[in-house]
Amino acid sequence: MPLLELRDVSAAYGNIQVLHEISLQVAEGEIITLIGANGAGKSTILMCISGVVPPRRGGIFFKGKAIHNLPPEQIVRLGLCQVPEGRHIFPGLTVRENLDLGAFLRRDPVGIRDDLDYVYALFPILYERRHQPGGNLSGGEQQMLAISRALMAKPALLLLDEPSMGLAPLVTRQIFAIIRRINREHNTTILLVEQKASMALKTAHRGYVLENGRIVLADQAGMLLANEDIQRAYLGV
Amino acid sequence: MEYFVELFFSGLTRGAIYALIALGYTMVYGIIGLINFAHGEIYMIGAFTALIAATVLSLFNLPLPALLFLSLAAAVIWASAYGYTIERVAYRPLRGAPRLSPLISAIGMSIFLQNYVLLAQTPDFIPFPALIPEFAALEPYAGVVGSSDLVILLSTALIMLLLSLFIKFTRTGKAMRATAQDRTMAALVGINVNRIIAATFVVGSALAAVGGLLIASHVGQINCFIGFIAGIKAFTAAVLGGIGSIPGAVLGSLILGLTESFATGYVSSDYEDVFAFSLLVLILIFRPAGLLGKTSTEKV
Repeated sequence: MPLLELRDVSAAYGNIQVLHEISLQVAEGEIITLIGANGAGKSTILMCISGVVPPRRGGIFFKGKAIHNLPPEQIVRLGLCQVPEGRHIFPGLTVRENLDLGAFLRRDPVGIRDDLDYVYALFPILYERRHQPGGNLSGGEQQMLAISRALMAKPALLLLDEPSMGLAPLVTRQIFAIIRRINREHNTTILLVEQKASMALKTAHRGYVLENGRIVLADQAGMLLANEDIQRAYLGV
Repeated sequence: MEYFVELFFSGLTRGAIYALIALGYTMVYGIIGLINFAHGEIYMIGAFTALIAATVLSLFNLPLPALLFLSLAAAVIWASAYGYTIERVAYRPLRGAPRLSPLISAIGMSIFLQNYVLLAQTPDFIPFPALIPEFAALEPYAGVVGSSDLVILLSTALIMLLLSLFIKFTRTGKAMRATAQDRTMAALVGINVNRIIAATFVVGSALAAVGGLLIASHVGQINCFIGFIAGIKAFTAAVLGGIGSIPGAVLGSLILGLTESFATGYVSSDYEDVFAFSLLVLILIFRPAGLLGKTSTEKV
């Protein structure tokens, strides 16, 4: 049984349909990437999974349980967390408060303490800045904080939306290294949406290609990297 | 000089009451961007609940502090129930609707509550018992600062302190700040946003009820229109301080209360409102977001 499964999911904003019968599967322990052009519907898929944009039709199943009718907070409770596009740090809250909110639904102080130490070890800069407002951090630091905040919920599945957006190449490489490390060390399954397709495909095990709200291709990441159409359209070769 | 001090204290008292109401406006605005026009009515209902409770309880020959405490509890609980219900029936169904819709709903709710109390009670002023105890130790200063002024000032200060601790340190307080800053992200960390919004209405209503009881006992009479006037003033104070900002609401309220008190004392009580609103206009010309408000840049 896959950890996450979308079956024929369609979604619309008002009268404009943005997703057409999306079906995809994510197995436990995988890193899956969704690549596609701007406006292809990548972020909408993540918002459907998180319950922020409820799908019009189709089903979403997490750990075998239907979640497409649940409100966002109950989906988080099941162990599915999202780092949305643009990071969405709480700007007026300190770094530490942002991290505490990541663990909002947890009731195990000892475990929370351990995970706090873990994310501080992952990103020592966050420890140094723990008393500063989140809004004062640089873009890269905010991305680190956003990922750490999601990790504080101890998710089984982490949705990452454009983690590289607006970041310098060096910082992007650092973030992607951390994504692989989280996947390896915690066996956290990751669904990664990314415009930097080559970086994403080098990180992921499998990938889906999205065009105009439809999945047009699904394959092993290595195969997609070698695919000439993909190279022309997304990799700038 | 003594006259000045007297005006100063009566201005502070007035400001403290405005602050108790203004906090409800500013907290609700901070979290859902709505001016809750029915908030003044909550304050009025708090005062009426206290009056009814005190009238009933006075049959039992309770000591004054017990009477005060029980009436206060009744006012707080009942007004909070109203605040919760208003959010539930008048605002929550309109979440996601254009901003004008809940605003009109709020005005409708205000008119409804005012007339409902008018019909259920009476349009006339009703005497309100002096629930705030007099302290003999303050007798010598009675000309400068009345006993009930001091009780109002001290209890308001205590409430502000408790509120800021609540917002800063409790789980619900943190969730409120998070929801105010980014509602979508709050939902994505697992906060039940609807519940937090309801909690904000409850807290704001409880504060307004405290203000309702204190001022009613201070003035000695109430009617069903007190909420309208106090609501407008408290709203002005919240805008003055920067709507959405909690310290701003307190600062704006104190400035407004002092301005009104000095205008009444040195000019004439007829000019009280002229000074109050001129001050508002002046401050908004130079600081459009209010004294402590942040100039928010709309994202494109």
